[in-house]
Amino acid sequence: MTQSGQYNFAYLDEDTKRMIRRALLKAVAVPGYQVPFASREMPMPYGWGTGGVQVTAACLCPEDVLKVIDQGADDTTNAVSIRRFFQRTAGVAVTERTGEATVIQTRHRIPETPLSEGQILVYQVPIPEPLRFLEPRETETRRMHALEDYGLMHVRLYEDIARHGAIATSYAYPVKVEGRYVMDPSPIPKFDNPKLSDCPALQLFGAGREQRIYALPPHTAVVSLDFEDHPFEPSKADHLCALCGAEDSYLDEVITDDAGGRMFVCSDTDYCAERRAAGHRGDMAAPFEEAGA
Amino acid sequence: MTEQARIRATGPRAQDRPLLQVRGLAKTYGARIGCADVSFDLWPGEVMGIVGESGSGKSTLLNCLAGHLAPDRGEVIFDTRADGPRDTVTMPEPERRMLSRTDWAFVHQNPRDGLRMGVSAGGNVGERLMAVGARHYGDIRATALDWLDRVEIDGGRIDDRPSAFSGGMQQRLQIARNLVTGPRLVFMDEPTGGLDVSVQARLLDLLRGLVRRMGLSAIVVTHDLAVVRLLADRLMVMKSGHVVEQGLTDQVLDDPQHGYTQLLVSSVLQA
Repeated sequence: MTQSGQYNFAYLDEDTKRMIRRALLKAVAVPGYQVPFASREMPMPYGWGTGGVQVTAACLCPEDVLKVIDQGADDTTNAVSIRRFFQRTAGVAVTERTGEATVIQTRHRIPETPLSEGQILVYQVPIPEPLRFLEPRETETRRMHALEDYGLMHVRLYEDIARHGAIATSYAYPVKVEGRYVMDPSPIPKFDNPKLSDCPALQLFGAGREQRIYALPPHTAVVSLDFEDHPFEPSKADHLCALCGAEDSYLDEVITDDAGGRMFVCSDTDYCAERRAAGHRGDMAAPFEEAGA
Repeated sequence: MTEQARIRATGPRAQDRPLLQVRGLAKTYGARIGCADVSFDLWPGEVMGIVGESGSGKSTLLNCLAGHLAPDRGEVIFDTRADGPRDTVTMPEPERRMLSRTDWAFVHQNPRDGLRMGVSAGGNVGERLMAVGARHYGDIRATALDWLDRVEIDGGRIDDRPSAFSGGMQQRLQIARNLVTGPRLVFMDEPTGGLDVSVQARLLDLLRGLVRRMGLSAIVVTHDLAVVRLLADRLMVMKSGHVVEQGLTDQVLDDPQHGYTQLLVSSVLQA
């Protein structure tokens, strides 16, 4: 089977792309509002980014440069498969460099390198409804969004503090967009929440199974919910990256043996690699000669 | 309006006009009548009881008044703090919701309907505060503790879930959760239903104290005449969706005029 002749550009047919683009336009016009769309079945299981893939497919142009990350990494299964999928079905150029990409599809992270104007960041979203675990009825949550009835969101944070002494929600931390809609930023760590606000890039969120699209146009004000006496705090592991020595990037904890050994490394592999290429070294980095070999 | 209620009523406008005016309210379920042609005034600080057998339209009426059901005809005019008298039936839903979070309270018969069972007692009491914009955890918690104390729940239970509470405690928690924003009008649907008599007595005592102290107006739906005797200044008797008799509580109970009311009063077992 020769791929390029078999598939329409970027897999989806043009009518589907038009439908998704209409939903995207509406989402951009009403930041934070969840727009329903007729999500298609994609050749991958739900939970693997079917929503993100559809949004990416609707945004891609032949001259785009695509980057795909999963938990910040370019080389994990999910990222590799989706990148290959678009190489085969759209034939677009791909990159691992955040700065060179025009479209970045991401699962659970925002790249460390600041995004710039003209870039599109596409999030894969498992559960778009921030009120879902508090209010199971969809009819009721829609009504709550419509009427800005968001007291319940703070009840969740109240319960956190009552039980744990601090707001223990560490990912999918709810935000308020332009003082109107409360939005689930997808399960990014709350460390990334400040990057959502006033971002020069266009941010699009696609939830395939739940059939919702929402968006943050460039330079949208996004505020993380909190209490006056328990303010929002972006948090990360209190370490330096063991490979590149970065102190400002979000770290993954890696277990290295069965005797309690562990290391903390940047979750954003591209950021880490760029820093190492620039000569930064962490505690556990390979020596210079070895690294060059 | 009783002399007592007149004295209790406070606030600048209290004497001038009713808090709630109901005019020609009707609700039908197809050909069946839920309630028909109900009109009355409720004055600030006044407690009105609605009694009647089951199926007489009490709950339908209460739900229409509280905005849970849309009536087919009629007006429910509430004296709002900001804009004076407004018809809550034709009011936009955001405003009606705001009312039901601030100036109104609704105590359900079954506390499970009025509480969030998966949220701690403190969170339950704090929800209304947070819904109207309270954003200081310490203050919210202090208010919650104060209210738990007022409804005689031990402050040590503040982080327990309502599912760990007894039925009486759940009902008291529901009352605290409703009264925390200082509403002016409380709707109660069988507030003592399903509780044993000693718990009922304590709850009634508590309710009476709260209503008197806060100068609340209330509409209490019940089939228990003892409840209205204790709580209500005025009484409305319903049968088959119609109001058959209304007047001062003692007057109606001690000298019932309508045949149905006479039957109702004489049916009460004397212990």
